Amino acid sequence: MAIAELRQQLIRGEVSAREVTQDQLDRIAAVDSTLHAFLDVTAERALADAERIDKARMAGEELPPLAGVPLGIKDNLCTKGIRTTCSSKMLENFVPPYESTVTNRLWKAGAVLLGKTNLDEFAMGSSTETSAFGPTSNPWDITRVPGGSSGGSAAAVASGECIAAMGSDTGGSIRQPASFCGVVGLKPTYGRVSRWGLVAFASSLDQIGPFTSCVADAAELMNVIAGHDSNDSTSLTAPVPDYCEKLREPLAGVRIGLIKECFQQEGLNSEVKESVLAAADSLRSLGAELIEVGCPRFNDGIATYYVIAPSEASANLARYDGVKYGFRSEGAESLLSMTSRSRAEGFGSEVQRRILIGTYALSAGYVDAYYKKAQQVRTLIRRDFDSAFEQVDVLLTPTSPTTAFQTGAHLDDPLAMYLADLLTIPANLAGLPAISLPCGFDSAGLPIGLQLISNVLDESRLLQVAYQYEQTANVMANKPDGKFIP
Amino acid sequence: MTEKITAEDVQKVANLARLDLPEEQISTYSAQLEKIITYVAQLEEIDTTGVPPTTRAVEVTNVSREDQVLSSPVREELLSLAPERQEDFFRVPKILSD
Repeated sequence: MAIAELRQQLIRGEVSAREVTQDQLDRIAAVDSTLHAFLDVTAERALADAERIDKARMAGEELPPLAGVPLGIKDNLCTKGIRTTCSSKMLENFVPPYESTVTNRLWKAGAVLLGKTNLDEFAMGSSTETSAFGPTSNPWDITRVPGGSSGGSAAAVASGECIAAMGSDTGGSIRQPASFCGVVGLKPTYGRVSRWGLVAFASSLDQIGPFTSCVADAAELMNVIAGHDSNDSTSLTAPVPDYCEKLREPLAGVRIGLIKECFQQEGLNSEVKESVLAAADSLRSLGAELIEVGCPRFNDGIATYYVIAPSEASANLARYDGVKYGFRSEGAESLLSMTSRSRAEGFGSEVQRRILIGTYALSAGYVDAYYKKAQQVRTLIRRDFDSAFEQVDVLLTPTSPTTAFQTGAHLDDPLAMYLADLLTIPANLAGLPAISLPCGFDSAGLPIGLQLISNVLDESRLLQVAYQYEQTANVMANKPDGKFIP
Repeated sequence: MTEKITAEDVQKVANLARLDLPEEQISTYSAQLEKIITYVAQLEEIDTTGVPPTTRAVEVTNVSREDQVLSSPVREELLSLAPERQEDFFRVPKILSD
């Protein structure tokens, strides 16, 4: 059920928040032993919160915008008093003493916390397989990955365990799992949503955003989570529009750019390419103008990202030293050895690998060759986008070169896994908002995702184009009877 | 071109990163890092003469505010998260060697 519909039903008293929450808890009980989308389910709190909404309604109070909307929250967003693990042994028992700004805004808006969702350890990965607490399965085919790193949130929304969920996106961690699981995933402009209380991975790239089953719900959630926060000095002060306002505006005159380099990828699956180009065609039939644009440095995004993100991660993760909180290795005889052993035992191999890459790239003698060089190429990638946006309003690409891959397919080859993020990374490097939404299915019955990218702070445009496409294409109405989890 | 990454290189970086890794892990990481660093080294071929580095995707100029003293309401909760606590201190193994 869409959020706006739920709100109307609650107001009319056709359904209670408690019933909605109980339905979701029942669904979780039925499917999550197979999917493992959730690390912790907060049933008691969820029902209490829902009952509070019902009481408020019965007392004639005006309901807040997300009243009774049950949410899954990626387990790298701090929730006060509720374990926040980042899917790492390092934080297995970490109970935050404070609430993230985003979740705080959600609870104030009446949303109900169902539980914390699984992720790749510290959000590092593209398959949710690096979670220290076991992988999540893709609801469309449980032998496949849900994508990552926000795989738990994507799978939870796709399987109907929750109405919406929150994730974080550093190089595609919202959009790629949204694509693999056939849901909508939005990464806002860098700084549009406060990162306060998001466990830091790469601070110049991280951004929080929603997973939903339809575009209008993403707009509803953005209305609540976007905006400046004095606790995050990188959060933008620009006024927040009503993101629902523009959705229904027709597309006549909107210019949509197809990034040439994206469609010439060697690894681009032909069914994905066909489906995304068909989506472009249906946007044209809605009145949009299609223009081919070039972003010559687009393909250098991965090399740039795999210097910058690990470098920032190696600095951010230096805080896990076994002293103040988190995992501590027992029996060490000195502080240095206690810290080094705690980090060796507390972090999994993908996290260690990235710390090593980052430390290498930042170490004496290499910092100019790698880190500074990557920051310069980052400028070139931004400039490509700047000139593209002089010609078009929105850019269109596939979200991922393939549909969901088999569990274990890339586990022994980290570089092959990194290449899966080819099409999503450039938007993070340039700080641009981008959305993934379903545009079809491959012959195995797996969802294909369409990515739209707009200029900085132009989320309204992005949501409008996505909404217009969604209403016309009606992709989920034609979903195949495959192996979807019943 | 392959960027050669030896086990000694990785051991050195692991020490800097405070990771006490077993030898076989070092050798696995060496091979993987070599592949990854070789891949990212393709950036060398891009002409970036005179191109300023990007540190923030969306520029925010210095943000200043009044310097205010605020008390943290969560002192006890923070201390209780410590792996080992002694009164109001975080307890750690000895810092100086004998």
